[in-house]
Amino acid sequence: MTTATLSRQTGAALWRNVALPILAILAALLVGALMLTLSGFNVLAAYSALWSGIFGNARNLGEAMMRATPLILIGAGIAIAFRCGIWNIGAEGQFYMGAAAGALIGLSAGDLPVWLSIPAALLFGALCGGLWAAIAGWLKVRLGLNEVVTTIMLNYIAIGIVGYLVTGPMQEASRYNPQTDEIAAGMVLPRLLPGMRVHAGFLLALILPVLAAILLFRTPLGFALRAVGYNPEAALHAGINVNRQYVLAISLSGAAAGIAGAVEVLGVIGRLYENISPGYGFTGIAVSLLAANHPVGTIFSGLLFGALTTGAELMQLTAKIPSAMTFSLQGLIIAFLVSFRAMQGRVWRRG
Amino acid sequence: MSEQTLRLRLAGISKHFGAVHANNNIALEVAAGEIHCLLGENGAGKSTLMNILYGLVRPDAGEIFLDDKPAAIHSPYQAIELGIGMVHQHFMLVPTLTVAENVILATRPLFSLRRLRETVIRDRRAIERQVGEVAQRYGLKIDPAARVSSLSVGEQQRVEIVKALYRGVNLLILDEPTAVLTPQETADLFQTLRSFAAGGLSIILITHKLHEVMAISDRVTVLRDGRVVGRRITRETDMHELAGLMVGRDVRLTVDKTPARPGAPALVIDRLTVVGGDGRRLLDNLSLQVAAGEILGVAGVDGNGQRELALAITGVIRPASGAIIANGQALVGRTPRQIADAGVRHIPEDRQHMGLILEFPIADNFVLKAFDRAPYTAHGLLQPAAITAYAQTLIERFDVRTPSPALPAANLSGGNQQKVVLGRELDSQPRVLVAAQPTRGLDVGATEYVHKALLAQRDAGAAILLISTELEEVLALSDRIVVIYEGRIVGEVPGDRANAQKIGLMMAGVQTASQAGGEYK
Repeated sequence: MTTATLSRQTGAALWRNVALPILAILAALLVGALMLTLSGFNVLAAYSALWSGIFGNARNLGEAMMRATPLILIGAGIAIAFRCGIWNIGAEGQFYMGAAAGALIGLSAGDLPVWLSIPAALLFGALCGGLWAAIAGWLKVRLGLNEVVTTIMLNYIAIGIVGYLVTGPMQEASRYNPQTDEIAAGMVLPRLLPGMRVHAGFLLALILPVLAAILLFRTPLGFALRAVGYNPEAALHAGINVNRQYVLAISLSGAAAGIAGAVEVLGVIGRLYENISPGYGFTGIAVSLLAANHPVGTIFSGLLFGALTTGAELMQLTAKIPSAMTFSLQGLIIAFLVSFRAMQGRVWRRG
Repeated sequence: MSEQTLRLRLAGISKHFGAVHANNNIALEVAAGEIHCLLGENGAGKSTLMNILYGLVRPDAGEIFLDDKPAAIHSPYQAIELGIGMVHQHFMLVPTLTVAENVILATRPLFSLRRLRETVIRDRRAIERQVGEVAQRYGLKIDPAARVSSLSVGEQQRVEIVKALYRGVNLLILDEPTAVLTPQETADLFQTLRSFAAGGLSIILITHKLHEVMAISDRVTVLRDGRVVGRRITRETDMHELAGLMVGRDVRLTVDKTPARPGAPALVIDRLTVVGGDGRRLLDNLSLQVAAGEILGVAGVDGNGQRELALAITGVIRPASGAIIANGQALVGRTPRQIADAGVRHIPEDRQHMGLILEFPIADNFVLKAFDRAPYTAHGLLQPAAITAYAQTLIERFDVRTPSPALPAANLSGGNQQKVVLGRELDSQPRVLVAAQPTRGLDVGATEYVHKALLAQRDAGAAILLISTELEEVLALSDRIVVIYEGRIVGEVPGDRANAQKIGLMMAGVQTASQAGGEYK
């Protein structure tokens, strides 16, 4: 009886965390097909372009991994916040702060040995992203302000700060574009494979989610975070410092987004400029949700969303379908997933 | 009061919830223009009966007659159509709307929200005038244009009453209307109700406060355990008789108990004051002592400061003033963790919200207060094997019925959930135990188990503060009993069943122990 009950539990978890996301992706593709047809596009051509945009050649796969890198890093961080019951909508701003921090070190630490300068840039990115998020945590526990509102507001401020930096104190020597000079050549993250843009930061995107999972599920800190996330009142009665967990969780979440920003500057862009993120911080929320807020799951959902982005580029080139279509697909996936989970909950309760 | 017309007659109303007989063959008559009190302890069946009358609960059996005509009431909407209005204990108002908007919100069909909005915007003045007229006609002072969120509790209650009157009720039910009011507001309310009754309105007042029954009602029906145990004309009875009826004499709960051997005071509370967010004193200079090896029962009607007492001792809320000393250590200002480590443990009143993390495995719930210590954490990592092994021993010792410690606590029955809480709190051999509503919602078997566990803990030398609104439980377990009323201890009696009536009077705020002792032989 013991094993039967337990395997039923495992079965339910598998169903919830693996089968439902796949179903949601299929349903989204189906509705996407309908949208394409109604807009007068050839569905087959569109989806085959999407497919070859992802799997067509090794270069495309490498591109997808590169796109996935910031999404995974951000998503894993957001998963930590979600597990503590916190909605961190501020990863976008935390990414900007991390990017600015990475660029600052990248521009000034070129003389240091690489084994020191690159980790310093990543750590400074984590620190700035984490502190930026900690503001929202502090406002939540001190003044009772909802973190959804404050993190969104902090996004605008962070974007504004970067805008100021790249037109002011950090602007390139020629003062022509709103951007910095290129970072020290030695600090550019090495490419993993010849001819592809996927860089060493992707390895970080494989390691960090695992570390986040260990933190959440194997350490006393993670125990306390999850206890607060499920039931803050019971956690308080059990003697857990609830406010401390809130601030820690959102700070860790922000640190991950900050690392993502620094990695993007060091690995892909090579400098800081205005509007450096195409909404990574918001897509990261979807990445975490699709992974059922399991950090390791964000590796897969991040890769999926990265692949959709690269596939969309080919879809736009060959089938002339606006790349905004991918955003619809991403949105549909999340909408279906959330509704499926709600429906499943209802069926489960009735049964 | 005109005896001729019967506004309401209930006959043979019965309602089961599972094994519980919430209402058992209840009959009730209310005349036109009468103020009728429905008196009983928590859980006596008052609210169920009124919810049946208001169409919120469907009875298993019984009939309702309004003005001598049989009435079928299946929803509050029908109740309103039939002229029944209800003022709930917790107000059903939209704080961001004005008084007038709240009043008409309940009268216009909700399915046309747009039409409602148009009406409100176009006819705002007209509606405010109408609502104002109704309020004035009944002598209720209220500004129809005021936003509900800006009103005091007493004013909000008036809005609820206006809401009912606006819809043309002739039978008004008020559920514990004075629970949230100041004495002055209570006096105003009673005056208003008297003038309503004089105008022919019938009123049913649900209460457990005896002096209110005496002050306002024409007749009173007393409920206990879902049955009518007495009907009296108010001027022909007195508080002592009503208290006796309400509390009852029959003994259902028996616990084998040896006399206590109390030692030195282990928990001392000195002039403890807790102030709520609205400035009300939830605990008011409360003092008490519990000796090692004794159970001190705190009797009282729900909401008289019991919750704040437990939370202040366990460090969850911070008192405004006063001292709490356990085993010689001052607790005020310490964190819940430090207090638990000082040997003060807590069985919270709501195990599902305060005691357990239902989504967590049973095993994790056992270590909720020790997960970050050896052997459950070593080298900075949780040790699942140690946690499971510990859980396994507690599951056996406390007889938790579960196939595996890995299952979520949500899967357990209420009794087994409480055993998990008990196991966690008792395993450390606490010096002081605060047990709040330890058997709420449990069946007979689980209740007995909890009682035995508490007594065993007492005999092992723990000081136990038992906070319960179940008077039977307090009487059965306690070595001494104090009564809490409006945040103060109003009296102390030995833990003896013979004192039930005295306690009932004190719970109802009638008199202190010395007065009760003097007046009541």
